[in-house]
Amino acid sequence: MLADNGAPLTWNLARDVTQLFEFHFMVNAFRAGTAVAVVAAAVGWFMVLRRQTFAGHTLGIVAFPGASAAIWLGLSATVGFFGFCIATALVIAALPRTTGSGSSSEEAALIGTVQAFALASGFLFVSLYGGFLNGLTSVLFGSFLGITDAQVLTLVAVAVGAVAVLAAVRRPLLFSSVDPDVASARGVPSRVLSTMFLVVLGAAVAEASQITGALLVFALLVVPAASAQVITARPGVSFLLATVFGLVITWAGLACAYYSPYPVGFWTTTIAFATYIAARVGAAAVPRFARASA
Amino acid sequence: MTTVSIRGARVDLGGRTVWQDVNLDVGAGELVAILGPNGVGKSTLLKAILGLVPLAAGDIGVLGRPAGVANHEIGYLPQRRSFDPSLRIRGVDIVGLGLDGDRFGISLPTRARRRDRRARIDELIDLVDAEGYAYRPIGQCSGGEQQRLLIAQALARRPPLLLLDEPLDSLDLPNQASVATLVAQICREQQVAVMIVAHDVNPILTHLDRVVYLGAGGAVAGSPDEVITTETLSRLYQSPVEVLRASDGRLVVVGRPEAASYHPDLHHHGHSHGSGAHGAR
Repeated sequence: MLADNGAPLTWNLARDVTQLFEFHFMVNAFRAGTAVAVVAAAVGWFMVLRRQTFAGHTLGIVAFPGASAAIWLGLSATVGFFGFCIATALVIAALPRTTGSGSSSEEAALIGTVQAFALASGFLFVSLYGGFLNGLTSVLFGSFLGITDAQVLTLVAVAVGAVAVLAAVRRPLLFSSVDPDVASARGVPSRVLSTMFLVVLGAAVAEASQITGALLVFALLVVPAASAQVITARPGVSFLLATVFGLVITWAGLACAYYSPYPVGFWTTTIAFATYIAARVGAAAVPRFARASA
Repeated sequence: MTTVSIRGARVDLGGRTVWQDVNLDVGAGELVAILGPNGVGKSTLLKAILGLVPLAAGDIGVLGRPAGVANHEIGYLPQRRSFDPSLRIRGVDIVGLGLDGDRFGISLPTRARRRDRRARIDELIDLVDAEGYAYRPIGQCSGGEQQRLLIAQALARRPPLLLLDEPLDSLDLPNQASVATLVAQICREQQVAVMIVAHDVNPILTHLDRVVYLGAGGAVAGSPDEVITTETLSRLYQSPVEVLRASDGRLVVVGRPEAASYHPDLHHHGHSHGSGAHGAR
């Protein structure tokens, strides 16, 4: 993407790394990417455990009309991402939840309808705005250019808040995720936790959208957690692994995008995909991890 | 002190009386079964004891307090199918949730706290004989293994009362017998009051102190020999019910209440009626 701005890849790794941080926009991209990777991996870990990837996907789709509406109205895209994602999270939380994990076919149909409408309205806002077509691809598929200091501050603040909330509710949230009936009988407020989690998920999706784009949030939200859970069933270890995967995927994606003509969304998604495949193959090849010997 | 005391309890759901006139006392170290045909409200009785279902009449006391107040001192195992096979959480983690799964807070446990936690979890796993599979993902454990781990979870904080909803459901016969023996052993050795919902009384029959039979007309509580008889059940269900005792001691209930303990594979009904009772213990 930036191959023409005078930063060729060399065989000297140290030089390549220093070069990465020569421009302020690149430093900001790494700062933002780091905050996003951590929060997406942490929230994604619970999302995968709770079988709520479908809700996460819906929130990602909604990020698109959110950002395009905000730009059309002359606001910053960040406002649109957060506003729409968190509002939608509250709507999903208010929907009558089917018992147990996984959604009923009726709920799936409802959410599918909402997704189509969200994409269509996003496109409408883009058309209304007119000269925004260049921004369209970056809203949908991600961009790391022109992240301002103020944006970095917002991303870091939201990430810290989201991770702090998760840390405070981690045990009851885990309990009500794997066994809602017993958790409720024990006095864990499952309903409140579920709403709280969806709001945090909305915030995480809004964060990730700003790096990977609305359509590719899963690269940072699902893949690190899913890969980590394939490798180990120890909750603490897989949580840490998910964070490490998220960071590696983001950093490598940004570096690749810097030195190549291809967009960051492509790179993060591709590296994420490779991570997942490697985790699967690794777990199959070394069954000790998957079985965890007694 | 009685652990659970139920006096003239009645529950209505959707304008219909589920059961009424339930009277029962359960003390420490006693094992009581809740029996009756499907849909008669056996699980509802456990939920009433937890205060999750309001009473229309009578009252329920748990550990000397009203129902619902002392829930943190109750180990409860709801009726379930099983964990999702793809759930990537180990059995030990499920047991650990019984210790601190309801605790909020950011702080990490101290070293000493972690050691105590570890020791208690090991003790629980040992208690239910789960050493062989406790470190496997729970979804990959068999039904009986999951049930044992869940019993360990329910016992984590040494509750004086254990409520088990159909814990033997969906287990094969040898596993039913071994989980029943485990529950009885915990009940006696740890002096826990245990109430167990069952649709087949036979796997637990020899361990029981008392049974409650629920019916639409009311409920009967007493020793198995008093309650599971042709006369008592016929009166409860107001239709002819016959209780047969097999030569190996198993009970067969034939008649309207969906043969609550009927085994189709049981060919040799001994012709002695349940009232003749060679002790259920």
